[in-house]
Amino acid sequence: MTVATPEVEQPLATARKAGARHRVSAFLHRHRGVRLGLVLGPPMGWMLVVYLGALALLFLSAFWRQDPLTGLIQRHWNIDNFRQLWHLSVYRTIAIRTIGIAAAVAAIDIVLALPIAYYAARIAGPRGKTALLLAVVMPLWSSYLVRVYAWRVILAPNGMLDWTTSHLHIGTFNFGFSNWSVLIVFCYLWLPYVILPIFASLERVPPSLIEASGDLGAKWRTTLRRVILPLALPGIVAGSIFAFALTLGDYIVPSLAGNTQFLGNVVYQNVGVANNVPFAAAYALVPVVIMGLYLLGARKLKAFEAL
Amino acid sequence: MKRYMRAAAVLFAVGLIATACSTKKAATPGSTLPTTIGPTEGSLKLIAWQGYTEKGWVQPFETQTGCKVEIHYSDTSDDMVAQMRQGGGTVWDGVSASGDATNRLITAGNVAEINPAMFPAFSNGDIMDLLKAPAHNTVNGHHYGVPYMWGGNLLMYNTQKVKPAPTSWDITWETNSPYKKKIVAYDSPIFIADAALYLKAHKPALGITNPYELTSMQLDAAIALLAQQHPMVGKYWALASDEIDGFNNGSLVVGTSWPYNFNQLLTAKKPVAAIIPSEGATGWADTWMMSSHAQHPNCMLKWMQYTLDPNVQAKVAEFYGASPSVKSACPILVGLVGTKTANDAIHCADANVLSQLALWQTPVAACGDNRGNTCEDYSTWTTRWQQVRGS
Amino acid sequence: MRTGPEPRSVRISMRIGVGLVLAFLFIPLVVIVLYAFNKSIAQSWPISTFSTKWFSVAWHNSDVRSALWTSVKAGAGAMTIALTLGSLAAFAIHRFKFFGRETVSFLLVLPLALPGIVTGMALNAFINFGGSAFGLSFGLLTIIIGHATFCIVVVYNNVIARLRRTAGSLVEASMDLGADGWQTFRYVTLPNLRTALLAGGLLAFALSFDEIIVTNFTSGSEITLPKWIFNNLRLPNARPQVNVVAFAVVLISLIPVYFAQRLSMRGDEA
Repeated sequence: MTVATPEVEQPLATARKAGARHRVSAFLHRHRGVRLGLVLGPPMGWMLVVYLGALALLFLSAFWRQDPLTGLIQRHWNIDNFRQLWHLSVYRTIAIRTIGIAAAVAAIDIVLALPIAYYAARIAGPRGKTALLLAVVMPLWSSYLVRVYAWRVILAPNGMLDWTTSHLHIGTFNFGFSNWSVLIVFCYLWLPYVILPIFASLERVPPSLIEASGDLGAKWRTTLRRVILPLALPGIVAGSIFAFALTLGDYIVPSLAGNTQFLGNVVYQNVGVANNVPFAAAYALVPVVIMGLYLLGARKLKAFEAL
Repeated sequence: MKRYMRAAAVLFAVGLIATACSTKKAATPGSTLPTTIGPTEGSLKLIAWQGYTEKGWVQPFETQTGCKVEIHYSDTSDDMVAQMRQGGGTVWDGVSASGDATNRLITAGNVAEINPAMFPAFSNGDIMDLLKAPAHNTVNGHHYGVPYMWGGNLLMYNTQKVKPAPTSWDITWETNSPYKKKIVAYDSPIFIADAALYLKAHKPALGITNPYELTSMQLDAAIALLAQQHPMVGKYWALASDEIDGFNNGSLVVGTSWPYNFNQLLTAKKPVAAIIPSEGATGWADTWMMSSHAQHPNCMLKWMQYTLDPNVQAKVAEFYGASPSVKSACPILVGLVGTKTANDAIHCADANVLSQLALWQTPVAACGDNRGNTCEDYSTWTTRWQQVRGS
Repeated sequence: MRTGPEPRSVRISMRIGVGLVLAFLFIPLVVIVLYAFNKSIAQSWPISTFSTKWFSVAWHNSDVRSALWTSVKAGAGAMTIALTLGSLAAFAIHRFKFFGRETVSFLLVLPLALPGIVTGMALNAFINFGGSAFGLSFGLLTIIIGHATFCIVVVYNNVIARLRRTAGSLVEASMDLGADGWQTFRYVTLPNLRTALLAGGLLAFALSFDEIIVTNFTSGSEITLPKWIFNNLRLPNARPQVNVVAFAVVLISLIPVYFAQRLSMRGDEA
């Protein structure tokens, strides 16, 4: 008969622990549903409770009303908010203005991003690549607000830009508080977010494909147009999502650098200022629907894998 | 997926039922008012207009009472109301509310009634008569706060670029203004009252008496004036720094301003002047109010006592440029800034000037006179303002 | 420099383009640095006198330190939650096939793709409601909850990209050699994911550190660094300090970002 001596007990204990762990592991291996639940449960639970539930409640309140004097929300179902949005043309004007600038920002940023993304992905060596990416990412670490204020200083009348161009005898732009300033600032702010996905997808283009294209007689320009860019399209679309979405809902840049109202300003004025959450929620549905459609289109183009 | 959809539906339904059933308890004012202040809680969270809570007088308060002060700056009364309602009134302890926020807060039960016996300034006649129990913070004899500063929305102009020196608001409203695109206006629906004030003087046929009590026709006229001004405005300022920066770099030369903005530019030795023009001006008389669910009520009451001190009011007046509510602060103020500034610029405790300002108040449907309930309320003002501002 | 199919003229013009874009990206940073050394408060151009006095003012300002610390805590909390939930979601999508698989990635990207103000409003209403229902109050916890929600997707993207590039045969081999699920995860999968987690975590931290819009709606009276910056940028007297702080943050973050990048790139090549 063997007596359980301490030297034997240790491996026995670990074997028992390992045995328990093995049993759990085996159980999980056999019950796929439980495994899936354990893995998918926490993130989906979080999204459902914290985000989607809150969103649903918010858009539900678009059908309620705010009492004008006390500011408290009355839970009477009605579509007054939507009626008001539809009848007053100013809200259409603001929405179109915002969408127009968001589209412009996305387009301009893609054009600005392509050279640097291509260079970093396909031309630069490893050290150059690291340096370039670092340079692109570094501005993101200086606060967004401080950068917007820096642009205010640059674009102000008699500010840095006008001072430089007048000394170079180009004339003055006099941007000041205007839509041009807003456009410039937006293009600047989101540029790194557009460069990174385009860089990632350009990097993934297999060099063998480019060689094959060359072997088949295509000049570089043709290769670029018919092989590289189509393969990089998911990254380009992903980058455009950032530029478009971030512009669509922003209210800080238009109020700091501009003088007109954008979608975000109206929403913010109604929720953070007038405390009319139902109306703000109703108007907020506009960018939500737009982004929903945009995202569906982007999914078709496989942009999500490139985000 | 079906499992998750079911769970989501359940959560959704629970949420709906819960929100539909939950009601917020409104504080009943006037039931049990404390007469003494208890032990301080070590912390105080305030919502204030920029310039009302500078280190110069906040730090001595912190040392005296041990209440560490944290401040949220609001740009508009609407933001103050919204912030006071966060978390059922538990996030912020007090607010320096103007008349267009006070009544909304009182009606909704967001602010607590205070006992004037706790503040000697009420009984010893130190507070200006007009501010002892004004309609904007006293309802049916119940006091909801202590008066702080009052002042006007002045016409500020660049003395080098605006010539001759203006005496009327017309250079900011009329289409023949030589300062197109260099005019600055205030970015809030309450600015409609400024348009109404101008029309009161220049279009008496409209019959505007109180710029906050506008019938539909009168409101239309005010909005038309604002629409006329819209293309000439260089910037609608919400942050004081918008206006200050604009005057600094010369892109803005004339427009409506707070004494704080004016004082900041004066301190930076910029060539500016500010006046109350012939048509008069809108203005504000601010009250420190305590949240009915304040987490640090004793610190807040101590703050209210502190801010009624004439020395503190004089210091604030010196920095901000607005007038104290407490008469005994004026001799101190004269000592700080001189007689000319204290009397001509700040109008220290001048009841005449105060009674002529069109103080900010919340527009409501009840006109308060023989027109009955035909006036436009603030939500209409907000919508109409957005129409002008967004075009 | 790699030799590629690009003709020389294209290469040169691209180099010029890169230079111009980099200049565009760095001009505001130059402005920030210049104004951090600007002696006067008024931010006019050109600058007349330079001084370093604002550095000591900012250093002795206790509000800066507490705001910075709050932001670090919020970022760390959001990063941890995002790392956990994002990796879990990535595993679920990569290893299992189930109904609604595509919608998961769609759902996760929503907090980033929808306007920040919408997320902020929704969370604000939720917290206000939760306050009356189960005593939830505005504070560091609600900030972390808000930030984690939109940080999950950045970790998810990094992890799933790496998982897709890892050969499934490694896991099979590990199982064949007798390892259970946990051992396989610890000794085979995790080392492969390390740099992806690092990159994702750093990006999540960066997003949380600089976030202002959602934070405005979820923070109550807590002051994070972006809130402190917003409060002080509007005060003409305090603006120089803000420039100093922004400049300092860029300098301090240079080192960890550089190393994280080196590591993640090396991981990519593996």
